[in-house]
Amino acid sequence: MSLPPGRALTVSQLTARVKAAVEGAPELRDVWVEGEISNYKHHPSGHRYFSLKDEGSVVRAVLFERAAREQAGAYGPLPAELGDGLRVLAHGYVGVFPRAGQYQLYVDALLPAGVGSLHQAFEQLKAKLQAEGLFAADRKRPLPFLPRRLGVVTSPSGAAVRDVIRVARRRFPGIRILVVPVLVQGPGAPEDIVRGLAWANRPELGLDVIILGRGGGSLEELWAFNDERVVRAVAASRVPVVAAVGHETDVTLVDFAADVRAPTPSAGAELAVPDVPALRSHVDRLTGRLAQALRRRVREDRRRLELLRARLPVRRPLPPIAHGRQALDDLRSRLQRAWALRLARGRERLSSAAGRLEALSPVAVLRRGYAVARRPDGRVLRRAGDATVGDRVEVILAEGGLDCEVRAIGAGLDPAPRVD
Amino acid sequence: MERPVGEAPEPRFEEAIAELEAVVARLEGGDLDLEEALRLFQRGMELARLCARQLDSAEKRVEMLIAEAGGEPVVKPFEDGEGARA
Repeated sequence: MSLPPGRALTVSQLTARVKAAVEGAPELRDVWVEGEISNYKHHPSGHRYFSLKDEGSVVRAVLFERAAREQAGAYGPLPAELGDGLRVLAHGYVGVFPRAGQYQLYVDALLPAGVGSLHQAFEQLKAKLQAEGLFAADRKRPLPFLPRRLGVVTSPSGAAVRDVIRVARRRFPGIRILVVPVLVQGPGAPEDIVRGLAWANRPELGLDVIILGRGGGSLEELWAFNDERVVRAVAASRVPVVAAVGHETDVTLVDFAADVRAPTPSAGAELAVPDVPALRSHVDRLTGRLAQALRRRVREDRRRLELLRARLPVRRPLPPIAHGRQALDDLRSRLQRAWALRLARGRERLSSAAGRLEALSPVAVLRRGYAVARRPDGRVLRRAGDATVGDRVEVILAEGGLDCEVRAIGAGLDPAPRVD
Repeated sequence: MERPVGEAPEPRFEEAIAELEAVVARLEGGDLDLEEALRLFQRGMELARLCARQLDSAEKRVEMLIAEAGGEPVVKPFEDGEGARA
């Protein structure tokens, strides 16, 4: 009332404030509204304008042509009998249309209301994808036994991502985790999840398992995980996918398309990551058995050797040194014997030689009556011609000698004239 | 995973432990000459070391893949829940 005129807002400014407040409110960004259609107009541009009402209130709504086309992927076709009086379940966000000064519901999905309309859409899509073989058991791949790098495609701010990281690190403290942040509900969530899965499949990232999930929520909040595009992206993923959506009781089509279905994000981490302390003790046990088996092997050899040795004759062969000593003794006595023999033989030869020597001795010849005649210069006379008359000759006898003079020289022994 | 070209890739844990189990079973089964037993033992110890090394991996990293201005994803450290909003 007392405001200075300069501080007053223009109508446009007020509307802008309202628009910002309404469109910035998280609780108005992603809503499902049930109501009855009235004032339905299908404009030539393809956009549909209508109101939703119940007993107490009414809200303007618009379904743009593009949103109507895209809905087919997520929820199946629009209700055929779309028009005034139809009770519907509409999904979208609340925005403000400044020109009319009106807030309205910008619808991106429109389903027939009533119990089970979402459920019906779910069953239809499920039957279609099943017929294509997307859920076939032989498409399921085993998860790596020990993942080197785990991908987590989920909202980066929810409880789900913290649960997965906590459980994964408890089981495998050294694991590498890559969070791929995506919208998990509301407009744009399906496209965002598809993009996140495509990124997580890039080979250079080296992920070998992906957990795709989110925490619990209503059927509508989990709806992105029933989106046909998301389900197909999961089925096409090169990297094995663990679906970990909501709680135990929540079932989405992603659960059917994934390689493994986990009831919750924490359970997903338990399925994707092995319990490393348990594995380590398994490896330790195997190592122990390995060493024990080798020890037993060696022990058995030793025992076999002992058995064989026990079967050898009681008199054992002499050890080499004793053997050598004995050989030495033996050689020594053989040497002594040989030496003694040789000595005896030598003695024998000596005496026989001595005998023969004696037989040849000139003394023995002289004893038999022969004599040796020598000239004074010592030369032995063998022929009469060796001496001349008048020479002095020494005659040697067996005992003693004679000093003689040559008186005449004869011719020979037999006809020699007797010298008297 | 980024290893130089030409280097034989390290066997995966499950392959290594399956071979280790087979080696232990053969060695325990006996009927091997000593040389073969020793060879198996050495192979077994090698596999056990390989398994232990993989379990002892100490990367301990949590990272986040976020879009750069050009739309290409880049890997950044992840601060427990304080990252980008949904």
